[in-house]
Amino acid sequence: MEFMQARKFKDNAREAMADRNLQSALAQLKGGFIPRRQEAADRLPEFDALRDRARELKDHVLANLDVYLETFEENCRAAGGQVHWCATAEDARAAILGICREAGARTVTKGKSMVAEEIHLNGFLERHGITPVETDLGEYIIQLAEEPPSHIIGPAVHKTKDQVSDLFLAHHRQYGKTVRQTEPGAIINEAREVLRQKYFDADVGITGANFLVAETGSTIIVTNEGNGDLTQTLPRTHIVVTSIEKVVPTLEDASTILRVLARSATGQDFSAYTTLSTGGRRDGDLDGPENFHVVLLDNGRSAMLGTEFQDMLRCIRCGACMNHCPVYHSVGGHSYGAVYVGPMGAVLTPSLEGIDDARHLPSASTFCGRCESVCPMRIPLPKMMRHWRERAYDSGASAAMERWGVDIWAWTARRPWLYEAGARLAVRLLKRLGRGRGRLRRLPLAGGWTRGRDFPVPEGRTFQEQWRARRRAARPAP
Amino acid sequence: MTGKPKNIGLFVTCLADLFRPTVGFAAVKLLEDAGCRVHVPTQTCCGQPAFNAGARANAQAIARGVIAAFERFDYVVAPSGSCAGMIGKHYPELFQDDPTWSKRARALGIKTFELVSFLTDVLGVRAVDAAFEGKVTYHDSCSGLRELNVKRQPRQLLRQVEGLELVELPSAEECCGFGGTFCVKYADISIDIVERKRKDIVATGAGTLLAGDLGCLMNMAGRLHRAGGDVEVRHVAEVLAGMTDDAPPIGDTGPTRARED
Repeated sequence: MEFMQARKFKDNAREAMADRNLQSALAQLKGGFIPRRQEAADRLPEFDALRDRARELKDHVLANLDVYLETFEENCRAAGGQVHWCATAEDARAAILGICREAGARTVTKGKSMVAEEIHLNGFLERHGITPVETDLGEYIIQLAEEPPSHIIGPAVHKTKDQVSDLFLAHHRQYGKTVRQTEPGAIINEAREVLRQKYFDADVGITGANFLVAETGSTIIVTNEGNGDLTQTLPRTHIVVTSIEKVVPTLEDASTILRVLARSATGQDFSAYTTLSTGGRRDGDLDGPENFHVVLLDNGRSAMLGTEFQDMLRCIRCGACMNHCPVYHSVGGHSYGAVYVGPMGAVLTPSLEGIDDARHLPSASTFCGRCESVCPMRIPLPKMMRHWRERAYDSGASAAMERWGVDIWAWTARRPWLYEAGARLAVRLLKRLGRGRGRLRRLPLAGGWTRGRDFPVPEGRTFQEQWRARRRAARPAP
Repeated sequence: MTGKPKNIGLFVTCLADLFRPTVGFAAVKLLEDAGCRVHVPTQTCCGQPAFNAGARANAQAIARGVIAAFERFDYVVAPSGSCAGMIGKHYPELFQDDPTWSKRARALGIKTFELVSFLTDVLGVRAVDAAFEGKVTYHDSCSGLRELNVKRQPRQLLRQVEGLELVELPSAEECCGFGGTFCVKYADISIDIVERKRKDIVATGAGTLLAGDLGCLMNMAGRLHRAGGDVEVRHVAEVLAGMTDDAPPIGDTGPTRARED
């Protein structure tokens, strides 16, 4: 499906800022997530110490990724699971299709998975005659709306309640639901009733993973709706679609990170459901899938190891960075034209898809640093966005005008005498343009500024000029 | 203060140099009142625009000039958290692969401070000789707040200003949308962000907005003026130095509110 594209970020943003529904949804997001995260952090005195431990833990894993992945594979196999190593998105799709075909699947239920979004799994399955049904409420909503997620933990966060009511009315008629529900409880119940039968009908259940535990070969997901459990226990085959950086050494380590995950994401102390999967159904088990597969995606991640972008692999997909981002608050997630959005997406998307088409994403940041200040894994997001800007500048992906502008300005800034001559001229010119007023409504070459802001007129002489004049005046005559 | 006066290299910042020399003179007054000797070596800019544009080599070249010009002073002080953060935090990062310059950058970095936090945290200034009648609100500029922990210091000194009533801005820690070249490269987004900020400022009912960084101040003043309100905007140093009579508020002409009152 063609949706917004990253290289059209500016146009996308303009549309988004004019979309009243989106703006009202974003205002709600900002008012909810930010105070809730703060309250959760304040309730736990050791929150910041846990963040440090979580960072160290993940750094250790990334330094020994091969070892932990192989340990995970070994223990997963020992528990009866199968691990599929996939270098690319294409490999992962092929592996999943192979498993689905083997299971004779016609429909699959899906828990929320960003990796499944990353490999564009739904469209692929549909093209191969398999119907995917999203079971996370947010994912279900955007599946009906035929849109990509706009937030990594709240995929439909851009939708207002009214829009969801309309969407359900349009799509649930076929199930005999002909009343437009407007109460949140009634809307959720309707989705629950429609989805209930889908769980039983599904041949394969696909979920993501928040963690892979090397010592036990388990995968872990956290959800608030319990949909993940139904997705993975009812069908005969369970596929976990995940990526290589999700591995942690032990269950204890997973719990360390779990303690910062929900607090950073939604402000909960813990998500409602934390589900561990260790292989398939064993003799004597009352339920569970017969077949358990882990599709382990690389897709550019191992290439980030040892580079200035390695720290990004600590990300646990909590969404705190976008919840606190002033740019995200203005433009929402779809404007980024990518699966991963906001500050974490601005770093990750160029790593996965290249900087040429994604060059706006790391550029469109004020570097206010709030993302880094709330990141539970202490990922230096602005610093890494700057590294992408450096690569764009060096490779010529940045706009030529911008590069010339910076080069000329920097050349001047290294020559104080020339700079000062220019500065004196500029302040006098602006002062004259001001004609006695304190500000300008329009200014040639500064249309971006004056489109929505007045431009202050300088006082008239530079500080250095005045300072030197005062010094001369104060000095006794020779 | 006791002992030899400290020699301060004032990094006036390119924006104050060009647009608002009063901020530079306010910084000089505050530092001299605290017993410092202030020097102003010839200077241009800290290089942050190049650094954030990804032009690392350009930023390094500018940084070498700043280091050479300022390393002879006891301290480097800037009336800006953004520029002080650039010199203090980012210069060392800029030269991490260059042992000689890295050493010089780190040496300069540890003695570089934002003006207000330098006054309170290093010089131990507890009182200021200033009066300002009216209700003011304060915006925490991002670099000062998050890179240098400037938060309590300006409030501590503003409380000492006679007649001044400080009302907190609920979104004080949210970016105003300036972001250096971001404000023109992504002008529509920048304007959208600063419009949210404007509404929050107006809602406080304060007559004056203060902050410690001229970039943010020019951005917020520009938006406040365009929307037609009457909130006045000033750099915090002007108020702390008691120099609000020396210049009209940013983007204004004529007498100040304080004089009218």
